[in-house]
Amino acid sequence: MRLAAAFATLALVATLSACGTGPGGESGRRTLTVLAAASLTETFGQLEKRFEAAHPDVDVRLALGGSSDLAQQIVHGAPADVFAAANPDTMGSVVRAGLADGAPRTFARNELSIAVPPDNPRKIGSLADLARDGVVVVLCAPQVPCGAASTKVQREAGVRISPASEEQDVKSVLGKILAGEADAGLVYVTDVNAQQGKVRGIPFPEAASARNDYPIAVVRGSERADLARQFVELVRGEAGRDALTRAGFEVP
Amino acid sequence: MTATSPGPLRRDTGDRREDTHTARTALPTLLWIPAVGGFALIALPVFGLAWKADWIRLPELVTRPAALQALELSLRTAFVSTVLCVVLGGPLAVVLARGHLPGLRALRAVVLLPLVLPPVVGGLALLYLLGRAGLVGQYLETWFKIRIPFSTAAVVLAQTFVAMPFLVVSLEGALRMAGERYEEVAATLGARPWTVFWRVTVPLLFPGLGSGVVLAFARAMGEFGATIAFAGSLAGTTRTLPLEIYLQRESDVDAAVALSLLLVAVAALVVVLVRPRSAEGVR
Repeated sequence: MRLAAAFATLALVATLSACGTGPGGESGRRTLTVLAAASLTETFGQLEKRFEAAHPDVDVRLALGGSSDLAQQIVHGAPADVFAAANPDTMGSVVRAGLADGAPRTFARNELSIAVPPDNPRKIGSLADLARDGVVVVLCAPQVPCGAASTKVQREAGVRISPASEEQDVKSVLGKILAGEADAGLVYVTDVNAQQGKVRGIPFPEAASARNDYPIAVVRGSERADLARQFVELVRGEAGRDALTRAGFEVP
Repeated sequence: MTATSPGPLRRDTGDRREDTHTARTALPTLLWIPAVGGFALIALPVFGLAWKADWIRLPELVTRPAALQALELSLRTAFVSTVLCVVLGGPLAVVLARGHLPGLRALRAVVLLPLVLPPVVGGLALLYLLGRAGLVGQYLETWFKIRIPFSTAAVVLAQTFVAMPFLVVSLEGALRMAGERYEEVAATLGARPWTVFWRVTVPLLFPGLGSGVVLAFARAMGEFGATIAFAGSLAGTTRTLPLEIYLQRESDVDAAVALSLLLVAVAALVVVLVRPRSAEGVR
């Protein structure tokens, strides 16, 4: 009995200490952790490779997710060197916590697009069409950046859409369209581009009233502040601008 | 309801209780270390939540229209799901415990699948069955003009999907514990299968029913992944309390924490209220 208990404790301790060593185990390469909004998945993936090619001893680790999630992670002490957000508000919460090293810089701009299945079965042509009866529309919830933008363009166009669902993030809206459950949704231009033909984008003039600025900053307390600054330079430099433009972003 | 449970069964549990009282054995001291650790792992995060809460604003935060709407929807859907679990899962448990079919083990494995699947996978599975483009859903749409995704019915289906195994496991456990001898005796005495079922098997289910219902209801109340994947999220229609918490977290962390505590309180209340002896009945 005692022996079994001793073994159990030993096993527990061993498990916990095994958890403790984590991913930092391998030495020699320096790790740069970049937290970026989910809409930057494709572009930052390209820039990661480019940065690693220029710095063979550096391993860039991309953590992609909803901007608000990432901002909360940083505020709660998640290790991060660079933060790129999809809107100024979420970056603001990091700045207010005193965790941005220097003023955040805007490096890209995104705007909404109507997304429909490739064959556009409901013949959607404008924002007003989304308010028609019987059209199943999925939007982002007003509490998240893409939803705030969706509310703004509706006001601008004088249109009231009653959505079938208000999703947590833009990728979930896309998911509902890809699954064939929704006739249309509002997503970012870059999301449509990234789908490469699996959804069709329909631009609309009111989108210009709700452009999203993407700010980037080095996180204060980064142990590799120099590398972090170089990564920010890469994003804001020619290579970054190229990649962003190709993905459908506007570059300031 | 419990008053109708058969004599022998009750005496069984009673005897066992007495045993533990008369012959109390000391626990090995070393056992306390992992036990305390396990308890702390569960209790401390809830404490952390309570510590983080803005208690002064709490009453206002949990009585906001959006919060009340989400709570009401959660209670309503979880209630319907639990009823569905009992109506469908009860007979299923009897078949699994007492049926003599080839392939019953495989059947049980399928029934237990939602326990091991990530709920979001369950949601996707439901979507590709009952969604507008789904295997069955496309016919529901064209033939009957029934559309399930984005409706409250979808929430109930998602909750029932994830909660049913909890009820089935509890009831099946109760039947296996009791063994088949009561039914055999009743049958030898000339009772017909239907009479045996109602007069013997159903009372044998009662010890597992309490814990099964509590677990299923609690699981339905907490359902998140399957709901958001299958039903979407719209205030008053599909946005249950967990979905509201997840959304509030984006804009108002205090509100999210307050609603989380509300959910913890409801769950605790359910466990305390419906936890009669039957909750410990499954051993």
